Amino acid sequence: MFRTVAELVEIAERENLLISEIMIRQEMDVKNKTREEVFAEMEKNLQVMEKAIEDSLKGVQSVTGLTGGDAVKIQTYMREKKPLSGHLMLDAVSKAMGTNEVNAAMGVICATPTAGSAGCVPGTLFAVKEQLNPTREQMIRYLFTAGAFGLVVANNAFISGAAGGCQAEVGSAGAMAAAAIVEMAGGTPQQSAEAFAITLKNMLGLVCDPVAGLVEVPCVKRNAAGSSLAIVSADLALAGVTSRIPCDEVIGAMYRIGKQMPSSLRETGEGGLADTPTGRFLKEKIFGMSV
Amino acid sequence: MKYNSVFDIIGPVMVGPSSSHTAGAARIGLTARNLFGKQPTWAKIYLYGSFAKTYQGHGTDFALAGGLLGFETDDTRMSKALEIAKENNLEITFTEDSAKTEHPNTVRLLIGDDQEQLEIVGISIGGGKVEITELNGFELRLSGNHPAILIMHNDRFGAIASVTKILAKHEINIGHMEVNRKDVGKEALMVIEVDQNIEDKILHELKDADHIIQITKIVS
Repeated sequence: MFRTVAELVEIAERENLLISEIMIRQEMDVKNKTREEVFAEMEKNLQVMEKAIEDSLKGVQSVTGLTGGDAVKIQTYMREKKPLSGHLMLDAVSKAMGTNEVNAAMGVICATPTAGSAGCVPGTLFAVKEQLNPTREQMIRYLFTAGAFGLVVANNAFISGAAGGCQAEVGSAGAMAAAAIVEMAGGTPQQSAEAFAITLKNMLGLVCDPVAGLVEVPCVKRNAAGSSLAIVSADLALAGVTSRIPCDEVIGAMYRIGKQMPSSLRETGEGGLADTPTGRFLKEKIFGMSV
Repeated sequence: MKYNSVFDIIGPVMVGPSSSHTAGAARIGLTARNLFGKQPTWAKIYLYGSFAKTYQGHGTDFALAGGLLGFETDDTRMSKALEIAKENNLEITFTEDSAKTEHPNTVRLLIGDDQEQLEIVGISIGGGKVEITELNGFELRLSGNHPAILIMHNDRFGAIASVTKILAKHEINIGHMEVNRKDVGKEALMVIEVDQNIEDKILHELKDADHIIQITKIVS
């Protein structure tokens, strides 16, 4: 069983296997299941992701009215204008935000690794898909690759905003997506690790400061940041750019930073954006109480 | 390791908005219900840390109610669980507690009916994964990664041996085991994590063993 990214990459190189394959074999071993069973379970998750994106493109609105409808706006803009950041990038961003709009509206989503960060992995997958034309099996493998990296973070640091801030949620989610994009694009396991490290490095220190304690503001747009950074980092890694700080050490830094964060910036809705005049006003408007 | 399955990371499939505050809360509620063995008629719920600060925004309240009603994380009735609880004569109160806890997402549930009650403490550690850290005043570490049997028994010699003998006879391997007691000769709790789910036939046999008071199984 791999405990670190270094071990994961080492096994992949030694056995000449994809990272997704190592994750699949480990899952079969741990849960005593067949390859078909493990694949079928992941296929179900993939279907939930696909459905959430479809739903978001029809337009959704949260109960509070704080979020919803932006995914549709972006798709319309993409059709009618020439987006500066390019089609694939903006497609990923709109699908990532769309997934989180569905989540905020209490729709059904698949947590990857959490609900608040659930847009990054599917958003990038369904955007990159248009260019790389993967098979259904490769799309399922994308989720196993993302999951392998996520397991290392979860066991060596944290994946929840309450424990480690948004860097632990959207930071991990974006980094997992970057690693998975690299594998789907034909990069090496080491390049996946570089893409993961580059993404997480750029997310270090990000606090969890939800307005009114709701998974809406800024969570939906943080998924735009996580998904776009994942694509940039994947491209950097595929171009041969490496991270000076090894992947596991970046995860270690994320852990220590999270430990130093005060609780007001870890999903308590007390600090940061939640504590701005508008943030406090919105909370009062929604719950009828002041901060 | 806390997380051992890829589906702890890619999953669960759930009703939004938060994996720790909604899905995790539902799973703690469901575990409490399963340990109680039936639907309670009342629940007193104490929330700590981030749970206490943000439970309304995250739907932690309806998720805990949903779990107590037996809902899985992806049950689309989840957001209506508080109303459904009322219709099903389950009375729930929520209290925000400012006491410091080791984990930021901690909840204590006291549930019962007119005959008996049960108290558990659960923590939601991220991505929908939960741990039960206390049962009826006994500390425990229940990861939920493996099936487990919880056995309330009298603190007497031979109680543990009578249980392990039955498990050995049925060729059931014990992965992890801990024993806790409140005081010498008083009530004690055995927590046994095993590799496969235990058949009811074996549970009945365990229940009839010496010094055993109550048995509950947890399916992973």
